[in-house]
This record gives sequence, C-alpha cells and structure tokens, in this order.
Amino acid sequence: MNAPVRSVEAAGDRVARFPQHKREEWIGRLYAYACVALLVVTIFSIVWFIASKGLTPFVSGAIRFSDLLFGRVWKPEGEPALFGALPFLAGSAYVSFLAAAIASPFGFCAAVFMTQIAPKLGRTVLQPAIELLAGIPSVVYGFVGLSVIVPFLREVFEGQGYGILAGSLVLSIMILPTITSIATDALHTLPAGLKEGSFALGATRWQTIYRLILPTTLPSLLTGIVLGISRAFGEALAVQMVIGNAPFVPTSLLQSAATLTSIITLEMGNTIGGSLHNNTLWSLALILLMMTFLFVFAVRFLERRAKR
Amino acid sequence: MQALIEIERLNLFYGSFHALKNISMDIPEKAITAFIGPSGCGKSTLLRSLNRMNDMIPGTSTHGSIKIAGADIYGKDIDVEALRKNVGMVFQQPNPFPKSIYDNVAYGPRLHGITSRHKLDEIVESSLRGAALWNEVKDHLKRSALSLSGGQQQRLCIARALAVEPDVLLMDEATSALDPISTLKIEELAQELKAKYTIVMVTHNMHQAARVSNQTVFFLNGEVVEYAETEKLFSNPQDQRTEDYISGRFG
Repeated sequence: MNAPVRSVEAAGDRVARFPQHKREEWIGRLYAYACVALLVVTIFSIVWFIASKGLTPFVSGAIRFSDLLFGRVWKPEGEPALFGALPFLAGSAYVSFLAAAIASPFGFCAAVFMTQIAPKLGRTVLQPAIELLAGIPSVVYGFVGLSVIVPFLREVFEGQGYGILAGSLVLSIMILPTITSIATDALHTLPAGLKEGSFALGATRWQTIYRLILPTTLPSLLTGIVLGISRAFGEALAVQMVIGNAPFVPTSLLQSAATLTSIITLEMGNTIGGSLHNNTLWSLALILLMMTFLFVFAVRFLERRAKR
Repeated sequence: MQALIEIERLNLFYGSFHALKNISMDIPEKAITAFIGPSGCGKSTLLRSLNRMNDMIPGTSTHGSIKIAGADIYGKDIDVEALRKNVGMVFQQPNPFPKSIYDNVAYGPRLHGITSRHKLDEIVESSLRGAALWNEVKDHLKRSALSLSGGQQQRLCIARALAVEPDVLLMDEATSALDPISTLKIEELAQELKAKYTIVMVTHNMHQAARVSNQTVFFLNGEVVEYAETEKLFSNPQDQRTEDYISGRFG
C-alpha cells in the first residue's frame, strides 16, 4: 500500500515544479504546427509565383487567353510573335489518354492476377517487379523509348518513329505501377463475403471477376486511371525524348508532336526572364497546374463515390 | 422420408488438422436438419462440404463420399458450378452485392444464361415472394441492396439463392448477425421453404434448432455425437455429452 502513495507524492512534486508531460506536449505541438505552416506557405508561394508570372501576358494585354488556348500556331520568335498553345494541349491530352487506355487493361489484369489468381506468385514476383517499375528514373524510360520503341515504330510504320504513339507507349509503362497498385488495393479491400456469395450461386472465377468484382471496384479503378493520366500529363523528360517536339496539332499518331511539358523544358533555357516568351511559358505551367487541380478534384470525387 | 443427401465415411483435413472424422449420415429431403455444437466442432465445415465451398481453402483434402440425389459430388465428372447452382447457400453475414435489389436476385439466373427481361422479371418477383421480401421492396427494386436493413439483406440473400432454383438450401448461422425480430422472420421463412427445399442449417443457437428443425445433429470435435429427431434429441438425449451441451454445461 505504501509504494503507490509514495510515487503519487513524488509525481505531484515534479508536476508542481516542472510538468514534464506538458513540456513534451508543447514541443510536439509546436513542431507539428511549424511543419504544417511551412508546408502551406511553400505550396501557396509556388502557386502564387506561377500564377503571377503566368498571368502577366494576359494582364499586360500582350496575348488574349483565348488566343493561347485555341491558337494553332506557336511562333514565339516570329513577326508578329504567335503564341498558340493548342498543339501542346492536344499533344498532352493525346499522349496521356492514350497511355491510360493502353495501361488500364494491363494494370487491372495484373491486379486481378495478383489478388485473385496467384496471390503467392503475385506477392513474391509481380508486386516487387511493378514497384521496381515505379522506381526507374524517367530519363531511363526515355532512353529506352528512344533506342527501342522509336526505331521499332520506324521499322513497322512509315515515318520517323517519333510522335504521339511513341510517347504514349513510354508513358503507359510509366503509369502502369500507379494503376496496378491502386487496382490491387481496391481488390484487397473487397469484402470476402462477396466472392463467396457469387461462387455459391454457381459462378465461375471469370464470371465473378467481370460480373461482380469489376463493377464493384470500378470507382477505385477509375481513381487509379485518373492518377495515371495525371502523372502522364505532368511527365516531361521521357516524353520529350521520343515525341519529336514539333509544335503542330497532331493529325496522326506517328507524326512528331509536342506537349505542354516538353515545350516548357525545351524552350525555358532559351528565353530571358521577364520576356513575353518566358512569361508565356509560365502561362503553360499555370495551365498544367490547373489541370493537376482538376485531376485532384476528380480523384476526390471518385473516392467519395467509391466509399458510398 | 427419402434421404436426399447421403454422407459416407467423410474425412476432411485442413493441412494436418483432422476437422471431420469419419462422418456418415443421411439427410432427408424437404425437411430442416440442424447442425449444432460448440465452435470449431466441424458443423460449418461439413455444411461447406455439401456445396464444395471448402475447395477454395488451400490445403483442404476430403476423403469419403457425399451423394446428393444419388450423384457423388466429389466424383470425377462433377460440375462444381452446376452443383452450387443446385445447392444454394446463405452466409452468416448478409452479403448482398453492391448492386440494385433487382440485379442481386437476377445475378444467378443471368450467370446461367437467362437474358430475357420478361423471364428475369418473373424470377425476381417469385424469388422475392419466396423469401417474404416482395411486399417490402416491390416499389424500389432499383434501389441499392445495401440500403436495406440487415434482416432484409439476409432475406434478399435467400431470394438470390432461390432464384437459381436449387433443391438444397444451406444456411450457415444465417441469423447470428440479426436482431431477434429479423431472426424470427427468417425462422418462419425456413418453415415455409421446407415444403419445397431441403434445408440444412448450422446454428449456434440451440433454441433455434429446437424451434425450427425436424432433425438435429450434435457435433463435437469433428465427430457426430448424436443424430435424432429434434424433439427426441432435446427431450431425451441418448449421449451424456449431448445432454451436457443442451443443458448448457459447456459450449
């Protein structure tokens, strides 16, 4: 009986003079708040910086926003200088959606294989392989694309080999891990009873997969696809290496084209800070940022629907 | 009464664990047979052997024979999907698909090739009527099955099982996740269904077995201790262990 009383007294003594637990609490809180504040300030400064630079051409009246969005000709050094970004918008959209269209079926099938058909093989071989795929630097993808995919396309089809198709193929491999891992998570969280219920009605495994599992996990699969598109949209280096970088609205998959990201990386070094050309590249960056926001909202929306 | 299911010297192993030991019994048609016993006694395992749901658990091996309507369901040329169509199952947790009420019931018939809208409408209505759910849901068949209450979901799962016209209905503790009123409804439903279906139910609830079943089988450690008419088993058990269990001395 004595021991607890003594310890309470001792603790009371310490608390009165120097409350250790409160001090720790405050240090922890301060640290967490400081980190959050720093993060928020960083994000807002980046957005502010891009927006202030990117809006300058329109505010100063040098270009109209509609001309940037719908103009088909990009001639920043021309007389008069023309800043039509439609070729890049179209290029970005084409490569991203095409990449997602190529990668989605593979991603879903890989996820089904890993979770439903051969979980052991999936866990030990396929999952690490796909994680490795996610860790390869984009310049390596670009290099492989340049030395394998482009020559291959040149062999098979007519033309240079550079273009939308080459870009999409490289991107599809790059976004495969995103789509696969999200599809895998969705399939893992499927209630166990659902599959049993389907089997108990006499469904085969494939019937269960395409009649029950696919429709049930569709919102999550779409989330993965949107994230994949978003990643493809923002990828610069690998695409730039294989797309050919010609500022024209693409009319064929095998024609050289350019994307928002590729034109920024390509031209930013050749412009002077504060010039109209440089500021217009910032406008393109702003458009990229807006697209990213749009994708984030789309993902949130889909996730809410998936939870319901 | 005619035996529909004949189990002969059935032994089942999970890896090296001997889950069912030399089980032989006949289960009569168009009656309710209840499996009772403490957790882990093998009653659910035997139930899941009847539609080969144990096949999906890796490391399971089954020896002996189970004949349903004369056909050995562990035989070589058995079509497992056709077997499961004939032997429906209702699970412990209601597991409606995240689809509409209509699509839940139509899922089974569609699997087996029925596409005619008219025919599906008919099956959905008759199955929901059969599961005593029609009057509650007939005006919102398009609504998600997940919006139903637990008891309604379980009756929907029964309707879903009935929709493929099985001969046997397995109920694996089908009321243990439900409230008393929903439980009573399912029990009443089982009473009605036994006119057309052979029902085998696993239950943790001895009173339920006493209330609804015609025969009761008492399991212990993977063995059948006693199998008798329900009334007889509960009023005059032959085995001391049965008596101890039903009088609540263990389990």
